[in-house]
Amino acid sequence: MLSGILIFNQKGENLIFRAFRNDCRPRLADVFRIQVISNSQVRSPILTLGSTTFSHVKHENIYLVAITKSNANAALVFEFLYRFVGLGKAYFGKFDEEAVKNNFVLVYELLDEILDFGYPQNTETDTLKMYITTEGVKSERAMEDSSKITMQATGALSWRRADIKYRKNEAFVDVIEDVNLLMSAAGTVLRADVNGQIVMRAYLSGTPECKFGLNDRLTLGEDNLQPSGNRAGAKATRAAAGSVTLEDCQFHQCVKLGKFDTDRIISFIPPDGEFELMRYRATENVNLPFKVHAIVNEIGKTKVEYSIAVRANYGSKLFATNVVVRIPTPLNTARITERTSQGKAKYEPEHNNIVWKIPRFTGQSEYVLSAEASLTSMTNQKAWSRPPLNLSFSLLMFTSSGLLVRYLKVFEKSNYSSVKWVRYMTRAGNYEIR
Amino acid sequence: MFLPYAFDSARLQYLRSPQGKVAELRLELNSGGKKDKNFSAKKTALKKIVANMTMSNNDMVALFPDVVACMHLPSLEIKKMCFLYLVNYARIKPDIALKALPIIRGDVQDNNPLVRALALRTMSYIHVREYVEGTIGPLKELLRDADPYVRKTAAFCVAKLYDHDRHLVESSDLIDRLNGMLRDENPTVVSSALAGLMDIWERSENIKLTIDYASASKIVSILPDCSEWGQTYILEAMMNYVPHDTQEAALLAERISPRLSHSNSAVVLTCIRVILYLMNYISDQKVITSLCNKLSPPLVTLLSKGAEIQYLALRNALLILQRRPEVLRNDIRVFFCKYNDPIYVKVTKLELIFMLATERNIKEVLTELAEYATEIDVDFVRKSVRAIGKLAIKIPPASQLCISTLLSLVSTKVSYIVQEATVVIRNIFRKYPNQYESIISTLCENLDSLDEPEAKAAMIWVIGQYADRIEDSDVLLDDFLDSFLEETHEVQLALLTATVKLFIQRPTRGSSLVPKVLKWATEETDNPDLRDRGYMYWRLLSSAPEEAKKVVMGEKPPITAEESEKLDPGTLEEMCLNVGTLATVYLKPVNQVFRSARPRRLQDSPALQRNELPTVKAAQQARERAAAERTKLDTATHTNGHGGTNGNGNLAQAVSDADVYFAGVGRQSTWGASPIVTEQGAMGGGWVVNQNAPQQVVMSPGGEGGNQDLLL
Repeated sequence: MLSGILIFNQKGENLIFRAFRNDCRPRLADVFRIQVISNSQVRSPILTLGSTTFSHVKHENIYLVAITKSNANAALVFEFLYRFVGLGKAYFGKFDEEAVKNNFVLVYELLDEILDFGYPQNTETDTLKMYITTEGVKSERAMEDSSKITMQATGALSWRRADIKYRKNEAFVDVIEDVNLLMSAAGTVLRADVNGQIVMRAYLSGTPECKFGLNDRLTLGEDNLQPSGNRAGAKATRAAAGSVTLEDCQFHQCVKLGKFDTDRIISFIPPDGEFELMRYRATENVNLPFKVHAIVNEIGKTKVEYSIAVRANYGSKLFATNVVVRIPTPLNTARITERTSQGKAKYEPEHNNIVWKIPRFTGQSEYVLSAEASLTSMTNQKAWSRPPLNLSFSLLMFTSSGLLVRYLKVFEKSNYSSVKWVRYMTRAGNYEIR
Repeated sequence: MFLPYAFDSARLQYLRSPQGKVAELRLELNSGGKKDKNFSAKKTALKKIVANMTMSNNDMVALFPDVVACMHLPSLEIKKMCFLYLVNYARIKPDIALKALPIIRGDVQDNNPLVRALALRTMSYIHVREYVEGTIGPLKELLRDADPYVRKTAAFCVAKLYDHDRHLVESSDLIDRLNGMLRDENPTVVSSALAGLMDIWERSENIKLTIDYASASKIVSILPDCSEWGQTYILEAMMNYVPHDTQEAALLAERISPRLSHSNSAVVLTCIRVILYLMNYISDQKVITSLCNKLSPPLVTLLSKGAEIQYLALRNALLILQRRPEVLRNDIRVFFCKYNDPIYVKVTKLELIFMLATERNIKEVLTELAEYATEIDVDFVRKSVRAIGKLAIKIPPASQLCISTLLSLVSTKVSYIVQEATVVIRNIFRKYPNQYESIISTLCENLDSLDEPEAKAAMIWVIGQYADRIEDSDVLLDDFLDSFLEETHEVQLALLTATVKLFIQRPTRGSSLVPKVLKWATEETDNPDLRDRGYMYWRLLSSAPEEAKKVVMGEKPPITAEESEKLDPGTLEEMCLNVGTLATVYLKPVNQVFRSARPRRLQDSPALQRNELPTVKAAQQARERAAAERTKLDTATHTNGHGGTNGNGNLAQAVSDADVYFAGVGRQSTWGASPIVTEQGAMGGGWVVNQNAPQQVVMSPGGEGGNQDLLL
């Protein structure tokens, strides 16, 4: 497994160096600095030199590097690095160079706890915060306390403390969908899919058993055996009946996967506070919130004309916020003149973009931007690569997949009543028009 | 007024130097005295020291004795910092580190389980003989500790000691004790013990780790109660279980399959690895199909994770596609590139798109590839263009479509696109001779933009091959010939052959060029290949111009697009046992990348479905091909009518046949009985036979023995 964890800043200074095995030598820090940080031609997150492999992720302004010898489980290495970043964020708010420099001891202490001999151990924030804290170890803990911690860290419910109490028991469910679209210049949909996540904030006392239901029909390869024509037909009828088809879902480790596998019930004992309950993918019957009609004409070598129309496809009672349309311009653009029917458009030369912002976009309305870019002449006439036009937005009370939460039931010994809230939001993932 | 100022700057200088920093920290560490009840001054000083450990080289090592002196203080916070310091510096100063040993020994017996575990963990990190030896005793105690947290720490500790000194561990009963922990009641302890055992197994060839069905079944049953990492360790250990019964393999695969919905991609990919492995032992095709259906969605879902995991998932998809194509029957569109995907993700997606392209989706694929060809990254653009050309070869019905896509790209006149397109169009001509000559004119328009050897050689090949159909082929070639002596060997060889082809097809036009080129090739070069080829053509042309046409313009062996993309069956089999590991990123045999890694092989068992293995299948195909070639060779010798009519395809006979034939050729030549020619003839004879039946030579060296093999 891992031989060491290193953290560098962008200048290549080694901030953290923690070896877990004897084969992790200090000079490896120099190797990484030379081969990766000061090398502009890096084309892979994995570099193997001799028998040493450097796997890195970049987060904010730091590099987090895992050193392994031999043929390690790469999925585990990266998943651990992501988790380490997540822990850093949970502890420091923002995990960047400054946070590391202000918390050297804590970072070392965390690493010592979450990796033993390079094997990832319990990485649950909640449990770790019981005995590794930013304000130093509060008081020398009593014996019972310590064994409580150790039971928690090794138990089957490692993500939840036993003694949680709330006066008011509440659970908030956020259904957040990232809708991805790739549309050709001619307006045909090349790809449309939804990556959804269900985030829960549970403020529930004791050890609550939750059952969760959606309006889904999870196929998970079951009826893949049928002839394809039949299958499409079946899916269409389902959509009409108000259920959605999910391609796949993945769950937080608190969900009892065995139970889900046999009777398709999502049942779990939630961690305290916020966590991501599940992720899902949908590709059938995706409702696209915005339709974009873009005409881009290159007139000779000196001028590009734009006419972009964006239409909201959702109900007129809803409205999207923070709608931003990014319209790429050629690299040699000298001047832009633009007109919009709503919102503000601005040319950002540093990004080669016209940025059109519409703070509030009511359903069923359509707005238009027309612009003209004058180009300077260039010595090397390289064709403009025409990056895609890109949209970002967020839209409340709407799901592109049509997913709805049917119920959330909470069972607890003490039989308290609990209040549940649900919210839906659709955001733009990669919403691109070529 | 002057003095204090000078004093200050001197002091600053001193503080900035390493010695100053160390001295100041030492002062701070020892300050406070008795009044400092909570040791807050010491804590602050220690924090500064730990912070400086990596940042300021090894200056902090000077404080070792002072830090050891703090270790006995009754504060967990101070203890933790001292231990961090100890782990970091013990190796540099083993003698001072020894002073800390008694303190740490005391802590191993502390009442608090967290302290016991911390002390044991720290102690076992230190690569100093006394520490390693001193750990053994307490470790035996702590392996049976009442607290599971201590037990799981102790489990890893055995593996750590094995890393320090394997003989010490092997001569003790630690490994047996670790083995015994597999029966522990706590799932975390079991998974930690398994991880420890696997770590030891990985590093020693003389340790065997086999898991029988009962144990496999037991560790699978505790999966739901383990942490995500524990699940990964258990799944990895499952690779050491060899099924002896196909039912058992199917049952276990079924039982671990719910893990595919886990949100941790390490659990998912390791689970895919185990299921693929178990499939080798499952005979029921229905079970295989149902398992394959389960693998597909999670593999695609990994594409919504971070870019690094996406990359890994894609590389493994390349692998799984070759072993179990049914897993990736998905919509090809999930592999289409997003504009801001990192380059490594894009390139791998491109490879997958190429492999998944079929006659049905080719239109979609070509639109997509044409889009990629307009991107910024030159390397990616080239690969996209190349993929379009290869698709023309891979999917014959779509070749026309591919070619028109290529031509529209050529019309952009971007130099590297034109060059890449030229290279692939040459291959298209090879695959479909005399079908698409109409596009030659388009290629000829872009001659000037060719500056890379590979593209030049390709263009020259096209001119030579179609010299009779290109109106001014001699002029075009002559233009290239102007710089003959400055070209790379690759281009020179192409020019030489093309000029000869021109001469054979249009003798009047080529007659002025050929002597010039032959002279250069034979006299003005120091490249042996070029010279040899020059001489060969010279003799061929002067001795038998008619034969020369047969040789030079002869039929070429067919080319395919896919061979180069596919892993060889042995590698494929090995890679499938390593899904999710680093080797799958490189798609090379594990030991080629990591020399010291312990290789994994499929273990034989009554349940192993041998006939389904890639290696066995490949060997079978090779045998069939050899048989087919052999019958072909037999008929060939018959029709040739040169002596040998014994008809059993005997290699020696074929060689002597060829000898007779080429001896005849030699005699007719004007070069007379030159020894070189007869020698060449003999070699040529050997080559002809090999060419027709390459497998025969490999598979069955003793002709007749091979025949018997085939009958079985």
